[in-house]
Amino acid sequence: MPFDVYLNVAIGGVLTGLVYGLMALGLSVIFGVVRVVNFAHGEMMSIAMFATIVLCAALHLDPLILLVPIAAVLFVFGYGLQRGLINPFITRPEHTQFLLLVALAIIITNTLLIVFGPDARSVQTSYAYDSFQIGPIIIDAAKVYAGAAAIIFATALFAFFRFTLVGKAIRACADNHTGALVVGLDVKRLYALTFGLGAACVGAAGTMMVLLIDATPMLGPSYTLLAFVIVITGGLGSMPGALVGGVLIGTTEALAGLLFTPSIKSMFAFAILVLVLLFRPQGILGKRLA
Amino acid sequence: MIERIIARMIRGVSRRAAILLAVLLAVLLAAPWMVGDYLLTVLIIILYFAYTGQAWNIMMGFAGQLSFGHALYLGLGGYVAAMLFTQFGIAPWLGLLAAIPIAAACGAVIGFLAFRFRVAGVYFAILTIAFAEFARIGFDNWNYVNASSGLFLPVKQYAHNDAWRLRGDPAMFYYVILAATVAVFVLCHFLLRSRVGYFWLAVREDEQAARAAGIDTFRYKMIAVMVSAAVTSFAGVFYAFFYNNLFPEQIFSITRSIEIILGPIIGGIGTLFGPILGAFVLTGLAETLNSAMTALGVELPGARQVFYGICLLIVVVALPDGVWPPLARRLGVGKVDK
Repeated sequence: MPFDVYLNVAIGGVLTGLVYGLMALGLSVIFGVVRVVNFAHGEMMSIAMFATIVLCAALHLDPLILLVPIAAVLFVFGYGLQRGLINPFITRPEHTQFLLLVALAIIITNTLLIVFGPDARSVQTSYAYDSFQIGPIIIDAAKVYAGAAAIIFATALFAFFRFTLVGKAIRACADNHTGALVVGLDVKRLYALTFGLGAACVGAAGTMMVLLIDATPMLGPSYTLLAFVIVITGGLGSMPGALVGGVLIGTTEALAGLLFTPSIKSMFAFAILVLVLLFRPQGILGKRLA
Repeated sequence: MIERIIARMIRGVSRRAAILLAVLLAVLLAAPWMVGDYLLTVLIIILYFAYTGQAWNIMMGFAGQLSFGHALYLGLGGYVAAMLFTQFGIAPWLGLLAAIPIAAACGAVIGFLAFRFRVAGVYFAILTIAFAEFARIGFDNWNYVNASSGLFLPVKQYAHNDAWRLRGDPAMFYYVILAATVAVFVLCHFLLRSRVGYFWLAVREDEQAARAAGIDTFRYKMIAVMVSAAVTSFAGVFYAFFYNNLFPEQIFSITRSIEIILGPIIGGIGTLFGPILGAFVLTGLAETLNSAMTALGVELPGARQVFYGICLLIVVVALPDGVWPPLARRLGVGKVDK
């Protein structure tokens, strides 16, 4: 196979990986601050995907325009979820949190199944078959838009955490829960806000994901797992790490699909996870574990 | 000799608890004469979950190591025994002699890698999922075991039950899994009161303190993983021979792992009776919803699972320690070994 085929596939993988990274960023933000592992993460992405598909069909809007409204809806969903259901669980053992979120995941998946049926659905966009050509490299336009949107969204989130007071307050909660309480931060509200932001990330990622894959109600668990793999590979608690991990996993999967069979591609993602856990358990960009 | 074993077995068990257990066992032993084929199959599934839940509980409930990848041991057990049976005609009980060391060795590899490199808590749980998924995709592409088209065990009409080859009617499978469940219950009972068991509890409660007290925590965590994996592998053998087919997509799937975990968490983690109660509650719930949906004429795929999810949610919100600890207090069956 000529070299430019690899390059094409690798670039496609990087762009897909950016969307993966944005999804994983949501998980990372939630775990980093609230210390709850969101086992319904992939399911929340499915909600965003189906919302996008329905609104695209009903309003003839482009997924790229729907990105912000759907992220906002998911934000409200996540905020309410943390406030109403998850908050009492943050001090309980991990397996109890796990059970709560698995129950939630089961409910989401099957509600989607009842409403939309088991068939795969996708959106029709005007640029579905467009591509950009730079020399020998040909890239799908949809992937470029999705990757660019993911970068913009992630940058906005970085800026929020870095420069706004609320963002700093959330980081303070993550660094020292008791300290945050002592200086009078409303930790409960900040946790809900964080969960909302994590949900918004996965919502935005889901909106972009419809450009890349078909939506089915059963997607949830494998994407939850993918988000875990990415977050741990990149480094839990490191926001750039989630994007780096996403790009690494996305590229690896794309190349593995080309070199071997597509069905074997996630094996490589898991192999990377195992290697990272063994040789750099804090992740590629994570801080050294205490 | 036997008297001494029985004496040890009931030591520390309140009279009330012993009577309740004896009644339960008697009911379960008589069940095949009292219920129809459908209910018997439900009971088999309940006992299967009680067994696997108990096996998982050894690792999480006793030693505090959260595993989300028990489907790995299930699948390995099933595949080893089924391959030996279909290829070489080796009976499953002999196949088990191969399946147990293989599953335990896999558990040892995961445990060794994780505990040596200080991978703990949620990270450890994700690592166990990763290995199970790795195996799922690997088996899905491995032609020697028929890859994704799956393994099928020969189904013939057997004139009589052949317990040695695990070929027979549901009643035979029922007694096999009942015996296994009782055996693992007794094993866990002994383990909890053994030196290893006390070390496990110490590791679970506070690993640093356990190490400070001179416990080789690495060693005891390894023992927990290996025992749990070995015990789980039999459930895989049973699964393969009961359903007569094996698909990597099913046996190694994360859904299998989650099913195993739900029972003991709902029942009460770290308790001996929690996994059994959890299996009854969850399978009972699922089957009741099934019948209710059929009776109401609701043919909505997914509706049953939505209710199931809501019930799980209610239980976990209302009873964070599981169903058994509060129930045990109410029944007055003494100390709950949590």
